[in-house]
Amino acid sequence: MATYSINDFRVGLKVMLDGDPCNIVENELVKPGKGQAFNRVKLRNLKTGRVWERTFRGSENLDGADVADLDMDFLYSDGEFWHFMEPTTFEQHQADKAAVGDAAKWLKEQDKCVITLFNGAPLAVTPPNHVELEVVETDPGLKGDTAQGGTKPATLSTGAVVKVPLFMNQGDVVRVDTRTGEYLGRASKD
Amino acid sequence: MNDWQPSASIEQLRQRARLYRQVRAFFTEREVMEIEAPVMGAATVTDPFIDSVTAQCAGRSYYLQTSPEFAMKRLLAAGAGAIYSLGKVFRNGERGRKHNPEFTLLEWYRPGWNDHQLMREVEALVLRVLPGLTVTYLSYREWFERHLGLDPHRATAGQLAALARERINIEAGEEDRDFWLDLLVTHELEATLGPGLTFVYDYPESQAALARLATDAEGQTVARRFEAFIGSMELANGYWELTDASEQRRRFEADQDKRRKLGLPQYPVDEKLLAAIDAGLPDSAGVALGMDRLLMCLTGASSIAEVLAFDVNRL
Repeated sequence: MATYSINDFRVGLKVMLDGDPCNIVENELVKPGKGQAFNRVKLRNLKTGRVWERTFRGSENLDGADVADLDMDFLYSDGEFWHFMEPTTFEQHQADKAAVGDAAKWLKEQDKCVITLFNGAPLAVTPPNHVELEVVETDPGLKGDTAQGGTKPATLSTGAVVKVPLFMNQGDVVRVDTRTGEYLGRASKD
Repeated sequence: MNDWQPSASIEQLRQRARLYRQVRAFFTEREVMEIEAPVMGAATVTDPFIDSVTAQCAGRSYYLQTSPEFAMKRLLAAGAGAIYSLGKVFRNGERGRKHNPEFTLLEWYRPGWNDHQLMREVEALVLRVLPGLTVTYLSYREWFERHLGLDPHRATAGQLAALARERINIEAGEEDRDFWLDLLVTHELEATLGPGLTFVYDYPESQAALARLATDAEGQTVARRFEAFIGSMELANGYWELTDASEQRRRFEADQDKRRKLGLPQYPVDEKLLAAIDAGLPDSAGVALGMDRLLMCLTGASSIAEVLAFDVNRL
């Protein structure tokens, strides 16, 4: 991989820091007219998701991280691994629990996900922003209660629990924002 | 392809034209003469942290000037009197939200004045353009004592390092005092400045650059150098100029030593400047002010690209 000096730093550059792949999310040159130049950088650790600030100086170099984001279809989970396929090459990848993380509760077969590969192996899984999932368990719906305000917990087919309006029933399909876990609306059944 | 488009809006260009008219009127009223300094120079600054762009011309290497200072001091020594220059300067590798490798510097010299008189004139100019700004004067020592609780002139490198490491995440080994001072200024102190115009004066002796040294009220040797900030952004840097050629040569050589230690390229000392100082640089104060940054303050732009017709990414 390439080596980057602080002049090459830019938002989106993937670098290795303390042994982990990181994404530069902010980069600012701070330099007094006559003084030493520093780069104040915010990085996201792509393994842990943690964002932190670090200052670099003129002479420092970092190795690039072999990281790529690819669109893939989710195939199935065997309990230990989640299996994905690149739709153009049909190449399959298996992601472990650490890579899938919280995304697991949103993954439905055939949904398109973004898989972050690090040295060719899945490092992180990003589910679609919006998913449609079936309610498998919730208190019975209150007939006629379509008023605003009331919600109740509902367990979805993937195991996620979201707050839904009181009128929703088992077997209904809901549309959910995976970034916030919020109910967006009722979806029509296929 | 949309990247032929300027990075500044046409309204921004109008603001720049208006600012230049105001600046030229200001100096005309005060009988300061506009001069043009060459952009190419056979020599350049030796500052360890300023890198020059080189240009080839007729088989010779030249340096694009990082400020018109050396040419203007030769003019002062030749008897030009009070002069200003409004022109392009170049600093290799400086690019970012507040930096572009090519930018516009307003630089002027006042024979017979000291740094405090010149700070008042910077204040008058900035207030002409940005009326109503609050103005604050504080010494470099007060700045450190108020917010960090130590005397920047007397603290050891170890004390400064311990304080910086508590607050800033950086990998650094044995560094000199100036390294830690710069780190604390950029990461901690600039953010403490109010929204108005602030002058910081009496810099550490080790950061004198081309300013003369003097003893302050506490008996401390300080550099008669100042910086102006609008909000937390550095706007101008000025000196009560050093007029001693042998002391100036000693400082250039110290710069070259530091460059050698840091593994940076070596630039020749400007012998013509030293000869001019030796022939008699009048007692004077001088300051350089970043016009692009002043425009950013004037128009509320958050990045320098917004005030440049074409920033480095659009060349």
